[in-house]
Amino acid sequence: MPEGIHTLQEFMLRTKGVVYLLAIAYLIGFIMFWRFVNQGKKRY
Amino acid sequence: MSQESVAAAKPADRSWLNPFNVVMGIIVLIGLLLTVRRFTFGLGSVTNLDDTNPWGIWVGFDLYCGVALAAGGYVTAAAVELFGLKKYHAAVRPAILTGFLGYSLVGFALLYDVGRPWRLPYPFFVSQGVTSVMFEVGACVLLYLTVLFLEFSPIALEWLGQKRLRNLLVKLTLTLTIMGVVLSTLHQSSLGAMMLIAPSKLHPLWYSPFMPIFFFISSIAAGLSMVVFEATLSHRYFGNKMDEEHTASRDVVAIGFGRAAAMVLAGYFAIKVFGVALGNHWDLLFTGWGAWFAVEMLGFVALPAFLFAVGVRDHNVKLIRGTALLSVLGIVLNRLNVTLIAFNWTLPFEERYIPNIQEIGVSVFVVACGIIVFRFIVTNMPVFYEHPDYKEAH
Repeated sequence: MPEGIHTLQEFMLRTKGVVYLLAIAYLIGFIMFWRFVNQGKKRY
Repeated sequence: MSQESVAAAKPADRSWLNPFNVVMGIIVLIGLLLTVRRFTFGLGSVTNLDDTNPWGIWVGFDLYCGVALAAGGYVTAAAVELFGLKKYHAAVRPAILTGFLGYSLVGFALLYDVGRPWRLPYPFFVSQGVTSVMFEVGACVLLYLTVLFLEFSPIALEWLGQKRLRNLLVKLTLTLTIMGVVLSTLHQSSLGAMMLIAPSKLHPLWYSPFMPIFFFISSIAAGLSMVVFEATLSHRYFGNKMDEEHTASRDVVAIGFGRAAAMVLAGYFAIKVFGVALGNHWDLLFTGWGAWFAVEMLGFVALPAFLFAVGVRDHNVKLIRGTALLSVLGIVLNRLNVTLIAFNWTLPFEERYIPNIQEIGVSVFVVACGIIVFRFIVTNMPVFYEHPDYKEAH
């Protein structure tokens, strides 16, 4: 069991919290990726 | 070479004794011998399967990779028929054909893998195991193979000159496409769900309660990449069979599908990271298995996503085609990791499954059969060109 985690509730709180933060980071990153992909010429 | 000598060389090229036929002939001959051995002396004579490792490359490669790589059929049909992206119309028939052959080969390979193949219909007609994920996979694959057959039929019927039946089936296109998407969504994800039963056998970096979603999303990327990869090979070897529409839309399809693949792979990479986070498996990333996981995720998911993006942005079709191959290899690696490499990972090496050379031979034979049938169909039927009688149909 990782340090500071003793119960299932603590485990879920930790892992879900990390996933929410990752999801926010991903959404921001995906917008940047989208802009990167579509910044070329619009021939197709 | 002068035009006369090119013309003179043509009959020689059409000879039966060309490199393709020789290589395929040898593979088929070996395959038939292995088939006789498999069905007379049993599974043990040609495989390294046992009670600890009841599934090998016939499931890991032929089935799991075959189903994923055949996803181009439903992806392309959905793009064109459901989302109205008619500019990719030229890619539909080759994709449907690849999907149909892919699923047919999955069924063909299952005949070798199942101990008593004549009992394959039992789960449907004798003893329905409706609570099993495998039942759902089997039912969906059976139904989807039927749908693919009906989607492919107009091609064969145009070749056979059966206009009325062909026109009837073409009217069913939209219905069949919807059924194809529904069935594919179900069984592509269920192949991942099938592994949910083995949390103690599959390495935690690959095991996740979200495996059904991983498998479904990655199948979309596999389908998109496979269409681009297959088009590259087809233009190289069957370019003379293609009409103007096919040739003209080659780059359009590559860039459009490359763009979609970049987005899907980026999403797939993210949800795989979420999977690690939800299991709190960060510490495992710093082990040997973690390094292997990083190779798959960075080298065969993140890198193709980035290269697709660069290729689309710069309209570098050559880069997109090369990346499609990398992406296809990535999906193959993922399926092999889940079913074989990271499966039973706690066992000592001497108890791990290593495929028998004869198993590999049968898999090569199955793929060779697919290539031969594909070649026959695209050489004789209107796959890469519009049939003269139906030019106004689209």
